[in-house]
Amino acid sequence: MTHDQLAIIWFVLIAVLWCGYFVLEGFDFGVGILLPFIGKNEAERRTVVSTLGPVWDGNEVWLLTAGGATFAAFSLWYATLFSGFYLALLLILVALIIRGVAFEFRSKRGTAAAPNWRRNWDAAIFVGSFLPALLWGVAFANIVAGVPLEMQNGNSEFTGNLFTLLNPYALLGGLVTLGLFTTHGAIFLALKTEGDIRTRANKLAGQIGLVTAVLAVAFGLWTQLAHSNNTAASVVVLVLVVLAWVGALGANRMGREGWAFIASAATMVFVVVFLFTCLYPNVMPSSTNADATLTVQNAANSQYTLTIMTWVAVILTPVVLVYQSWTYWVFRRRLSPSQIPDPEHGSLDLPHEVSA
Amino acid sequence: MNALDLARWQFGITTVYHFLFVPLTIGTSMLTAVMQTAWFRTGDEKWLKATKFFGKLFLINFALGVVTGIVQEFQFGMAWSDYSRFVGDIFGAPLAVEALASFFLESTFLGLWIFGWDRLPRGLHLATIWAAAFGTMLSAYFILAANSFMQHPDGYVINPVTKRAELTSFGAVLTQNTTVATFAHVISSAFLVSGVAIVGVSLWLIMKGKSVDAMRSTLKLGAIVAIVAGLLVMYTGDVQAKIMVKQQPMKMAAAEAVYKTAENVPFSLVTVGSLDGSEAYWALDIPGLTSFLATGSWTGPESTVQGINDLQAEYEKKFGPGNYAPYVPLAFWAFRAMIGLGGLGVLFAIFALWITRKGRVPSKAWIRLMSSIALLVPLVGISAGWIFTEMGRQPWIVYGLMKTENGVSPTMSSFTVGLSLVVFTLLYGALAVIEVGLLVRAVKIGPPETVELMDADDANNGQTLTFSY
Repeated sequence: MTHDQLAIIWFVLIAVLWCGYFVLEGFDFGVGILLPFIGKNEAERRTVVSTLGPVWDGNEVWLLTAGGATFAAFSLWYATLFSGFYLALLLILVALIIRGVAFEFRSKRGTAAAPNWRRNWDAAIFVGSFLPALLWGVAFANIVAGVPLEMQNGNSEFTGNLFTLLNPYALLGGLVTLGLFTTHGAIFLALKTEGDIRTRANKLAGQIGLVTAVLAVAFGLWTQLAHSNNTAASVVVLVLVVLAWVGALGANRMGREGWAFIASAATMVFVVVFLFTCLYPNVMPSSTNADATLTVQNAANSQYTLTIMTWVAVILTPVVLVYQSWTYWVFRRRLSPSQIPDPEHGSLDLPHEVSA
Repeated sequence: MNALDLARWQFGITTVYHFLFVPLTIGTSMLTAVMQTAWFRTGDEKWLKATKFFGKLFLINFALGVVTGIVQEFQFGMAWSDYSRFVGDIFGAPLAVEALASFFLESTFLGLWIFGWDRLPRGLHLATIWAAAFGTMLSAYFILAANSFMQHPDGYVINPVTKRAELTSFGAVLTQNTTVATFAHVISSAFLVSGVAIVGVSLWLIMKGKSVDAMRSTLKLGAIVAIVAGLLVMYTGDVQAKIMVKQQPMKMAAAEAVYKTAENVPFSLVTVGSLDGSEAYWALDIPGLTSFLATGSWTGPESTVQGINDLQAEYEKKFGPGNYAPYVPLAFWAFRAMIGLGGLGVLFAIFALWITRKGRVPSKAWIRLMSSIALLVPLVGISAGWIFTEMGRQPWIVYGLMKTENGVSPTMSSFTVGLSLVVFTLLYGALAVIEVGLLVRAVKIGPPETVELMDADDANNGQTLTFSY
């Protein structure tokens, strides 16, 4: 295969990895955001967290793989993007750190033995889910719209700062991913739980989903009209985004939770495809100097590296998909608060702390 | 401090911190798998208790390993963008393969293991912890292949147009002797650390009189692993040192503070030198040992070890003016801390076997104190080993190809990197306090008195969860 073709394949593969990430960690973020609102007592909150327990870490690996693949296939994109978006990524990293630890540690202490313990970790789960859900949208909107890049010592370098990234268009994009992930999470919770949580999640999905639909249409049209490099293709994908979202909200309304989840997952996929379609053939356009724009071709790594990585991806990705899907099959059963034994108790409470 | 210094501190702090969790993850995941296998094969409940107990400790530790690992992948691009541009064609590949081949494996199968006790048939459930343990080792292999490229670049050419390094042989990156020797050394050290950790915890609980039967078995398991791993650490370290002498002679010269090229070079146990390390006043030496470690010969022309001053002159000729020696006192002491603390760990394992022989239960307070801090000894040792490896390579970020000062992100202000340095340090500090607190609690509580297991049919019919978050 030619270098040009390989570069396009890797652009597509990186889009695929982001699709996986938006679908999987998307509902993770949503569940984390909804945790304080949807769980009215400890048994309910633990049920909510337990829906993510076996899967959140595997879901997050999609991000690490997307990051690693960008490094391996488009080092120049990786370098300019990550150094340019430094403080935004710092916020995301801090959020992901406190959130991951919170999932693992929150039920270690009980409500009697350590009154603030779970409240603090719940705050960490909320903030740690809310910030990335917002910031990934801000980041992608900026990538698609272009940011100030200039040539310095032969490299394309970001010349703005954190506030350059917080422009109205990007913030709208952030609200869209925030809304999409929150709704996606609510639909996931309705699918994975029984009783009050299921009812509440179903209702919330409908309400947040509707608000999100308005924001998403505004953002989608703005992107389509102002920032798409492939208007014919991107408008088709935009229609698919809308149809899938309508399907998700409709199925949710009818209580068809499996279909609602499939449709909202499809929405996440179409959103990523839409953004990458608008972006192509660029990977990081400059808003100030066309010469500094990074493209699929000028940012791609060597033919040899891309060939090796293509083989690795072709062989390993299906294997990963098989065993990750199997995990979801193993833990397919709905959870309910009645299944959580002794919800107030912490697994690492010492005996005298519990009796006191 | 300028942005470069701050970025170096940040990389050092976040990497050393992340690597506190890595060896314990690698070693303990596999040893927990061994314990569960023992239960699966014998049906003896003590092994089930041991599995549950050490599995719990392992998972508390693993949580921090995972979240601090994300920072590692991101900060190459964030703080070291020119480095990422220069080596990305080579360095990115093992990182991406690591994520795809091993991170998915570890995280997915650990999730299955943690929540799958009553969801999966016992044999399949056992397989999940082995898969996760295998994933941690695979991950180590790929990241060490990437690091080995920084120590000894192989399988690349410099593109004359772009001036960037380009991969010509992925096989060379994955199989060059630097990679293989480093992997063997790091993995055996990880098992040494984990073996000592298990011995320390087991001994403490035996002295407390908790689950004595199970803890005697795990103490033996941990001690044997630590002793065998200790021997392997010595052997692989020796192999690695001889490779290093050929590939990075300056690092070995700094480790031994050898300034002038000489034969029959002694190994100094302790040296008092000038503050900048350029002159030694007094030293306690073992004759010829450095020569032997570096070359395999005690005396004669073949025992010649190149000195820092001569290497400096040689490199100036080759690379132009500049300082090509690492900070000698740090390399010198980190090298000794690595060897000394690793050795102490092995001695502790032997000691623990001896004092618990034939059913004996020690009761002295100092032994209990020792058992509770034993883990720290090889853990600090393995950290010292990495500090030596990375600091000993300075001033290079990629040996002979790129200096560290040229790898830093040119757009990053000292305010930006200073801010993230403060944020990471405070956050990591707080998490360390929380994690140690939980580990101490878990050890105090000890293994469960009884373990009830449901079979998969009951569990799928909507019974109470045996484990939930």
